[in-house]
Amino acid sequence: MPTRLTVLAAALMLAGSVHAADKVKVGFVSTLSGPGAGLGVDIRDGFNLAVKQLNGKLGGLPAEILIADDQQSPDVAKQATDKLLKRDKVDFMTGVVFSNIMLAVGPAVFQNQTFYISANAGPSQYAGEQCNPFFFNVAWQNDNLHEAVGKVVQDKGFKNVMIVTPNYPGGKDAVSGFKRFYKGQTEEMYTKLGQLDYAAELAQIRAAKPDALFFFLPGGMGINFVKQFVASGLSQQTQLFAPGFSADEDVIKAVGAPMMGMFNSSHWAHDMENAENKRFVAEFEKEYKRLPSLYASQGYDAALMMDAAVRDVKGNLGDKKALQKALEAKRFKSVRGDFKFNSNHYPVQNYYLRAIGKDAQGRVTNKTMGTIFTNHADAYVAQCKMK
Amino acid sequence: MTQLFLEQALNGLQFGLMLFLLAAGLTLVFGIMDCINLAHGSLYMVGAYFVAAAAQAADSFWLGLGAGIAGTAVLGLLLELSLFRQLYRRDHLAQVLATFALILIANETVRLIWGPAPLLLNPPEALAGPVEIAGFFYPAYRLVIIAFGLAVAGLLYLLVAKSRVGMWVRAGASNREMTEALGINVRGLFTAVFVFGAALCALAGGLLGPLLAVQVGMGESVLILAFVVIIIGGIGSIRGALVGALIVGTVDTLGRALLPTLLRALLPADAAATLGPALASILIYLLMAGILFFKPQGLFPARA
Repeated sequence: MPTRLTVLAAALMLAGSVHAADKVKVGFVSTLSGPGAGLGVDIRDGFNLAVKQLNGKLGGLPAEILIADDQQSPDVAKQATDKLLKRDKVDFMTGVVFSNIMLAVGPAVFQNQTFYISANAGPSQYAGEQCNPFFFNVAWQNDNLHEAVGKVVQDKGFKNVMIVTPNYPGGKDAVSGFKRFYKGQTEEMYTKLGQLDYAAELAQIRAAKPDALFFFLPGGMGINFVKQFVASGLSQQTQLFAPGFSADEDVIKAVGAPMMGMFNSSHWAHDMENAENKRFVAEFEKEYKRLPSLYASQGYDAALMMDAAVRDVKGNLGDKKALQKALEAKRFKSVRGDFKFNSNHYPVQNYYLRAIGKDAQGRVTNKTMGTIFTNHADAYVAQCKMK
Repeated sequence: MTQLFLEQALNGLQFGLMLFLLAAGLTLVFGIMDCINLAHGSLYMVGAYFVAAAAQAADSFWLGLGAGIAGTAVLGLLLELSLFRQLYRRDHLAQVLATFALILIANETVRLIWGPAPLLLNPPEALAGPVEIAGFFYPAYRLVIIAFGLAVAGLLYLLVAKSRVGMWVRAGASNREMTEALGINVRGLFTAVFVFGAALCALAGGLLGPLLAVQVGMGESVLILAFVVIIIGGIGSIRGALVGALIVGTVDTLGRALLPTLLRALLPADAAATLGPALASILIYLLMAGILFFKPQGLFPARA
């Protein structure tokens, strides 16, 4: 009798693990209100566009996307994530914009053995010592875009650079990334995350007279900073550099012509010439009546990545090892062109220089100028011992 | 160095004057009607939204500012007639509860109408750049804000110190019963003061909109500072609100600018960067504690 029961139980368990799921649930917790809202909204819209193009399915299974707003607060994000993990039992999580929030929700997600496909936040912690089989970043490691700008600023021969960044994990990654490739003199200025008035900082920049200014202020912070930078008259004496985060459609739309001439770095641009990207940009514009930003492209790629992996395991979402292998294999075509995942689940890819100017239709927008890095990996991968 | 010092001093003045616009209304309502209005920050937020929405509709910042102020004044009038009138005679706990509820209602209503993303409000085209005075650069728009703040401060001084209505207001602040006994329509006076306070909120919200962001919850952070200002200045005193606001504005700006530089000489950059702003924001409260220690009624108590 006991043997028969055991056999039955084993058979049931086996059945459970090979049985394909009947739908895919994705928990999407992102910043959808406040000054950082533009970023979360773009990731969401990009993600939704991909699901729509796939006829509401991911990997052939009906997709259910559960969306929650983290209000840019780690506490709110943790609560929403716990609910999605425990009550809704989601199969994937994605959406977080800010690295401090990613670090706050990560442990609960990994403990629950749920795959996190980050469409933005790429903290150095999860690329190095704390790398995790359940964490993937489809966009970049935080340092990467800053490294690319550092290289450009170094190559252009600037000697004295002021760095402005918010005081949070993403800001620290920005400074270390920039300084990894820029070797001249720097002065660093850390501001409060979410700060909107930069009068005191701008006065200090004027007094310090740097020949270039590198700023990493995502979302509303960057909008306010650039507006106030222009209003203070500093644009006449200081060349601005930024990672793509602070110079994409969300900021351009708000600031407009004063952004022209600004250099920035990105792994993606809306003018990239590949079939996937052309389709993405055209349909995004049709759907939302605006140009997509890099955030939107990342959300779009995150959905495609889930789609390919679910298809690969034939909907058997219970087999975590197989799902991990399928995600690592990266069988989707990204809008940025080809890339692959490193052993720490972060991309190895090209980074490009963009400059803001007027396009053929007279719109102020980004234009790709050239390649800064080819097949570039992050600096932390050696510290990662992936289990 | 002079450029840096002068620029920071002007920044402090600009911030202080905007705090004054908020604190002036708050101190009058608190001092004269003895009513704690936590929803004062919500009037500031709603004012900013009204200005932003009207400016977008009219495609003119100045028209928007005027319409936004008028709209907020009307809202203030309705609030006073329907709700605050019932609250004056209640104790402070009831006032805190009712006005806290107003904050929540205001935030959710604004979210429903305008959505969770911040509204864009741009300064007039002509003021978007800097002005240059003998090699000294300063944003034109911030100068306009300073001019507005100084004008309102002057106007309030004339109104409160020189006019008959001002005399009533001051009398009401120092002794309500006696003022009523003298046959002054205190009820009408209260309504007028409340509406005026709401209009000042909208002015501050509209002027700061292009510099900050017109967003849900923008009132709460500034409300705390406004309370600090009126406590330092002395509750019910316009002069106290002006002096308190200028002190808080200057201390905050100079602290934010100078402390990190000072600390950077002693500590590594990121530690200095963490400690600097933290210390700068504590500085205001240290200052408040110090002033209250020597002057428990504030610098210029209305009921001296």
